[in-house]
Amino acid sequence: MSWFHTRSTENMDEIERRDDDALIALSQVVKRFKNAAGEYTVLKGIDLTIREREFVSIVGRSGSGKSTLLNMITGIDHPTSGMVRVDGAYLHQMDEGAMAVWRGKHMGIVFQFFQLLPMLTLLENVMLPMDFCDMYAPEEREKRALELLKMVDLQGLEHKYPPAVSGGQQQSAAVARALANDPPILIADEPTGNLDSRTAERVLEIFEEQVAAGKTVLMVTHDDGLARRAARKLVISDGEIIGSENGSRGKLHAAEAGRAA
Amino acid sequence: MRDVTKAYHTAAGDFYALKGINLTASRGELLGVIGKSGAGKTTLVNMITGVDRLTGGEVRVGGVSVHDLDENSLALWRGRNLGVIYQSFQLMPNLTLLDNVLLPMDFCGLYRGRASIERAYALLESVGLGEHVNKLPAAISGGQQQRVAIARALANDPPVLVADEPTGRLDSLTAEMIFSIFEELVRQGKTIVMVTHDRALAKRMSRVVELTDGQITGEWNRETA
Repeated sequence: MSWFHTRSTENMDEIERRDDDALIALSQVVKRFKNAAGEYTVLKGIDLTIREREFVSIVGRSGSGKSTLLNMITGIDHPTSGMVRVDGAYLHQMDEGAMAVWRGKHMGIVFQFFQLLPMLTLLENVMLPMDFCDMYAPEEREKRALELLKMVDLQGLEHKYPPAVSGGQQQSAAVARALANDPPILIADEPTGNLDSRTAERVLEIFEEQVAAGKTVLMVTHDDGLARRAARKLVISDGEIIGSENGSRGKLHAAEAGRAA
Repeated sequence: MRDVTKAYHTAAGDFYALKGINLTASRGELLGVIGKSGAGKTTLVNMITGVDRLTGGEVRVGGVSVHDLDENSLALWRGRNLGVIYQSFQLMPNLTLLDNVLLPMDFCGLYRGRASIERAYALLESVGLGEHVNKLPAAISGGQQQRVAIARALANDPPVLVADEPTGRLDSLTAEMIFSIFEELVRQGKTIVMVTHDRALAKRMSRVVELTDGQITGEWNRETA
């Protein structure tokens, strides 16, 4: 089965119908940026579906469009054209305020450089998303944050500040924060890009544990070895998905597999 | 800083990241700290901000002995008196630029309600981001994110800014823009301690100390350089 659709022969209705059970569905997503030198197309009509409980990795070189693609799925940026549906919601039809709350409840996002608030303890950082989205009773939030920090092996460091712990520990705390509101989807943009290989391995293990626990994980990386740990690896190049590989036992489909169908 | 030491306990024994630092910065000074990776620069920043505890010595900022404060008083004192800027920006990803700048005001209570929102707008305007206030950090460039981090650091109008490699992940043109904001802030009376390994930028600071293996091994004044 191909995960890709031929843009010229399928209409939106067919894609809609086929992707009904998809947790994340992108159809014909185009993103153009304008700068002084003219117009530049970063995403050239992306069709993509991701199902519940899938662990999907996206690999590609710097500038291939992978971060832009993630920004389309998280709603951080808007497509020039095309449709993005995540967990039943048409993301880009929401206004910014509604999207922020929706995102806070449905997605946890992990970044390469952690992006923890430096002047708050790890515990306070993990409690923040619950405070913002008003999830869980106020008296339960600390208990839940402590449990999440324990789950990512940070017991005993809860009251430390981010700059006083290692990069790997900061990233583990960022994963705990991403899970604060128990979102069904975890999205990670180069989560191991700034970590040594042993620490990177631990972060990957945590993602695998989350998939086993029912989460859907989407990870962008340029580390092919880590990407192969996912159930499905997508290759993006020059704004297009040019290949898909199933797990470490899978085989890279021919670049045109989807389009030739 | 007086006789400041910081030891980390490791399996191989105690490791001293700082070995007796004596350092002063005057009001309105732009003090640079240079040194190689591993020299103790970030540890030194952590001692000034109090996000990590020292092993020996004393750190005084604006007359307050930082490490004598308990955790709660320290957090409040820090929020009102220090603005801290990091290499990787560390903005809250799911909050707009405006909300990121509002956060320190919400925590410290110095500016509230409408006054805090107007102040956040004005700060973002002052770093050239007035048109982007409702964007999320991931939707803007690294240089723009660092400018938001500066606006956030200024939220409670602290007298002192501490910056740990603030231009380390920026191209030279963007680094220049960030540094010129620092120069302007010093003209306005702020005191800035900036860690960097960019020697060209360091030359433009009023005073620079060099850190090697946890000790100060050199000092230059711009006047004497």
